[in-house]
Order: sequence, then structure tokens, then C-alpha cells
Amino acid sequence: MSPFTVPDFSEFQALIHTPTSTDVEAVLARDKLHINDLATLLSPAASEMLPALAARSAVITGQRFGHTIQLYAPVYVSSFCANKCVYCGFSAENKIERRVLTLDEVEVEMNILADQGFNHILLVSGEAPAKVGVDYLAELARRTRARFAAITIEVQPLSTEEYRTLFEAGITGVAVYQETYDRGVYDAVHLSGNKADYDYRLKVPARVAEAGMREVGIGFLMGLADWRSEGFALGLHLQWLRKHFWRTNLTVSFPRMRPAEGAFDPPQPTGEKELTQLLLALRIFDHDVGLVLSTREEKRYRNGMIGLGPTRYSAGSCTAPGGYANPDLAGEQFSVGDHRDLQTVCDSIRKRGHDPVCKDWDATFQKGL
Amino acid sequence: MLKIADKTFRSRLFGGTGKFASSAVMNEALDASGSEMITVALRRVDLADPDDDIMSVLDRDKYWFLPNTAGARDAEEAIRLANLARAVGGTNWLKLEVTPDPRTLLPDPVETLKATELLVKDGFIVLPYMNADPILSLRLQDVGAATVMPLGAPIGTNQGVLMQSMIEIIIDQAQVPVVVDAGLGAPSHAAHAMEMGADAVLVNTAIAVAGDPVAMGRAFAMAVEAGRMAYEAGLGISGKSAAASSPEVGLGFLQ
Repeated sequence: MSPFTVPDFSEFQALIHTPTSTDVEAVLARDKLHINDLATLLSPAASEMLPALAARSAVITGQRFGHTIQLYAPVYVSSFCANKCVYCGFSAENKIERRVLTLDEVEVEMNILADQGFNHILLVSGEAPAKVGVDYLAELARRTRARFAAITIEVQPLSTEEYRTLFEAGITGVAVYQETYDRGVYDAVHLSGNKADYDYRLKVPARVAEAGMREVGIGFLMGLADWRSEGFALGLHLQWLRKHFWRTNLTVSFPRMRPAEGAFDPPQPTGEKELTQLLLALRIFDHDVGLVLSTREEKRYRNGMIGLGPTRYSAGSCTAPGGYANPDLAGEQFSVGDHRDLQTVCDSIRKRGHDPVCKDWDATFQKGL
Repeated sequence: MLKIADKTFRSRLFGGTGKFASSAVMNEALDASGSEMITVALRRVDLADPDDDIMSVLDRDKYWFLPNTAGARDAEEAIRLANLARAVGGTNWLKLEVTPDPRTLLPDPVETLKATELLVKDGFIVLPYMNADPILSLRLQDVGAATVMPLGAPIGTNQGVLMQSMIEIIIDQAQVPVVVDAGLGAPSHAAHAMEMGADAVLVNTAIAVAGDPVAMGRAFAMAVEAGRMAYEAGLGISGKSAAASSPEVGLGFLQ
């Protein structure tokens, strides 16, 4: 298996920039899409046709996922990080108070979320393997898995063997974002640390899938490079992963840059319109991919998008380690845009004719319970 | 009456609990469908929790619950889920779904056969979801499946009985009830399957995502009943050439 590679962005600019509204209409009328059709849906011509894209995306989403939205909450376990990434609140050079939670403290956080009704948990950590390594995560999974339907992680890249260990301990999936598929921009924003190696990071999702994880989440940070090109590169990545790992469930997240500690100004800021087009285009391109909309986005936007394409929402999120037990703690990775708790988000989902789903997996799927 | 294992069912329409806009709509639509057997995904329910949002809404005296193993990618996982259902849910009935490809959700024939054999030996009543493969159907029957559940078309596609030729053979050969599962998008599709001689159909998506799920549940109930009635009444042979309604053939040559 030859590894996934991203063509230079210049190679597909014509695909993105030449389509007309007639081309977009033709793509919207088709059932099976080619990767070039994704470029058409990401084109400036398609930007003028968002209502038509939304209509198509809504039908596909309803058919494939029904009138449901799955819910999850992140648990930040550590803000230590060895990487210098210019956009991130946890960047090694930022002067913030760092914390790593003990396993007992993480359990307290998780129990609070379980009491609120959460069944799907995402564990998040900066890259500091000595503090949050495989042993820590495996032990945490073993201790808590029986209480949750699924526990996924968003931590530093690990080896295939390490992912296998975590899967056996009860971790279900892994999210690992390329941040940007544009190599030049990638090098410019990742100043040092393991994360500075573009090619190394690009290979991680394949390792996760190879290790047998049920789910791999990919994405890029909106605001670093041209979002249309990033969307196309992401589509290539999705397509490649589907071809090589047909047993793996794939999801895409849409982290759009919001103010972080260190006051980084995104070089190519994106708005809700751009986010919407990207999300709808990916749904129309790939009917089965899970689309995750986090609390980075505001309540108004998240309410509006229910039923149009996203399949998974976070709720009540706190991005500072220990923040559920101690709400006044500082040191968050980024500030959230939607502060509503789980029940309020669920009510909004219901009000829009959808069923909030808090359990859509079971720890029994994996061995060792 | 339809008999599966030791249970009889008046309705030949089985329902599902996925994709509905709310538990209330689900409950009403299932009621309108007249279904007596409802399948629930073990990944979606907490059988140990009396307040579970799905289980608490449905009347346990009215419906026979058929837990399913949706999401299992091999026999081992499906068996673990089956044991959970039996231990916590107190039922040994199981809709076996082994679907390693999360995209198409097509059933794995090898793992399905393996799991069916082991589960039957362990005392489960197994209703396996399978591709419309007549030989696989016979193999599942041989190892003790209580029904066979061939797909009409890929799940969620609403394409109807695309696998007609194969399902005809399956029905012709089967000694256990044949339940056409997956892909039925309209009441006419369900009627078609029933006219072919299917013993029952299972419909979820088409009802759950309809504009009016309650009306659609009722429509499917009527179609299933009509299709079954037509099958029992004996359908005429269809063909390309027209036939007079009172055909006469001169037989003057007979002595």
C-alpha cells in the first residue's frame, strides 16, 4: 500500500475555479459523485447556490442517518504540549498555567458528564507523552469504559501497536487533524515539536485504521489556508481511506479558528458561509461520512444546521483540563461559541424535529469488559 | 398466522426503531403499522436502564422485542452483544447483523454463518440478516436459523426488491420463514415482496423518514396485508403477451 499523498494545491485550482452554475446543477442531480464533482461543489459558482446544496444535503443526511443527532462531550486531560503551533492556546511557548489531570481527576470529570447524560466521550490532550502516554490512556479506558458507550481520543500521534493496545483497552476511535493540507502553510505554523513533520502526521489516520480502531476522525483547521483547496484535499484523503480501510467508520470535524491565547490572527479567515459550503459539499460527495459540529460554533448556527448535514454535536464543552469539576479554572485551548448544556441542546434538536441520540454504541463491541 | 420458532404473529410487517424524529413519533408510527415484532439496535438502547428513551416508550406487552447486533463487524462481536441482550434484556431472540462495512452495511456471509451456528447451539433463536444468496440461505437453515432475512436491496436505499430472482429461489427452497429485510422504500415494494411469497417484511427507514411516518406505517400495513392476500389467493402468471379473460381453444380434433 503506497501512502496517501496530497498533490500540490496548484494542480487542482482549475477544477475548483472553472465550474459554472450549470455544472453545479448537474452535480446536484447525480447520485454517484466523482472526486472532481467535489471540486465543483467547492467552487465559487457553488458559493452562490448554498440553498440548493443544503436541500440536497438534507435529503441525503435524512436518508442515511435519519432524523437524529448524536451527542458527545470532550474531556481535556492535559494542557502540556511540546509543540509550538502558532494558532493553539496550548502551544509550548504560551505562558499559561499547565495542568495534567490524575486518573482520579479525569474520572471525576467523566462522572460529571455521565450524570448529565453523556455516553460518548472524547479525551483531548496536548502532545506530552511523558505525562499523557499510552499507559495513562489505556488505564483510563479500562477504568471507565463500562460506564460509557464509546470513548474516543484526540491526542498525540501514536504507533500502530500503541493504537492496538488502546483499542484493546476500550478506546473506540481516534481523531487526528492534519490542521492544513497545504505543505507550505503547515511548515510555517508548526514551528517545532513532533508535529512539525507534515508527512509523519499525514500517515497517522491510516495507522489508526490499521490498528483496528472503529472510527477515524479527520479534518483541517479552517483559517490557515485556502478552504476550498483544503476541502478538496480532505476529500482525497477520505476517498483514499475508504479504499484502503473499508471496515473503518470515518468522520470529519470542522474546527474553525476562534480567538485563542496568544492572539493568533488566522491568515485566511473563514465565515459561516464558507463552513456551510464545505460541510454541505462533503455530505453530497460522501453520503456516509459522519460530520461533527462542535461548540466552537455559536448556538444560532448550530441550531440552524440541524438536519442539513451534521450528524454529531458536542454540548456543554469545557476546553480547560478539570473544567467540569472546577468551572472557574483558566487555561482553555480555545473559547467556545455555544455554552448551552446538554439538556438545552437536546431541547433545541427536538424542537427542530430531530431526535437527540446520547447512546449510539456499546462498550460490549470491544473485548475485555 | 406467521409462526417463528414457538411464537405466532398476526402481522407480517416487522418494524424498527432507528432514524425516527422522536420516540413519540416512533411509538405512533409503529402502532399505526400494526407490527407485533420490533427490532432494536443494542448499540442504541440501554437494556438495563428502565428510563431508556426507546425502551421506556414502547409497550412491552404489545411488541415482541428483537434485539439486533447492528454495528458488529465479526461473529465474535455479534456473539458478545447477543449474550448482553440475553443477560440484561432476558431474551434469547436475536436479529443477527454482521456488517463489517460501515458504509454499505452489507452483511458478511462468512461471519453470519459462523455466528448463527454458534448462537443456535447456545440456545438462541437466530434471525440472520443476509445477502440474497440462495445457498447461504440453505446453509443458515441447516445450522438452525429460525428465519432467513434476505435484503431486498442495499439498506436505506428504498429501491425495492432488486434481488427478485434470488429471493424467488430462496422462497422456493426455504423451510423456515423468509423475511425480506432492507431496501423496501414504498408500500408497493412491500406488497411486491409479499406477492412473491415472502412470509414477512421488515421496514424501518421508509417509515421513519417519511414526511408523515404514522400515515406511512399504516400504508405499509395495508400493503403487506394486500400482498399476502394476493399471494394466498393465487396470482395469475404474468407475461408479455395479452390473454383473453375467457380463453377458448378449439379442441375439435379430439376423438
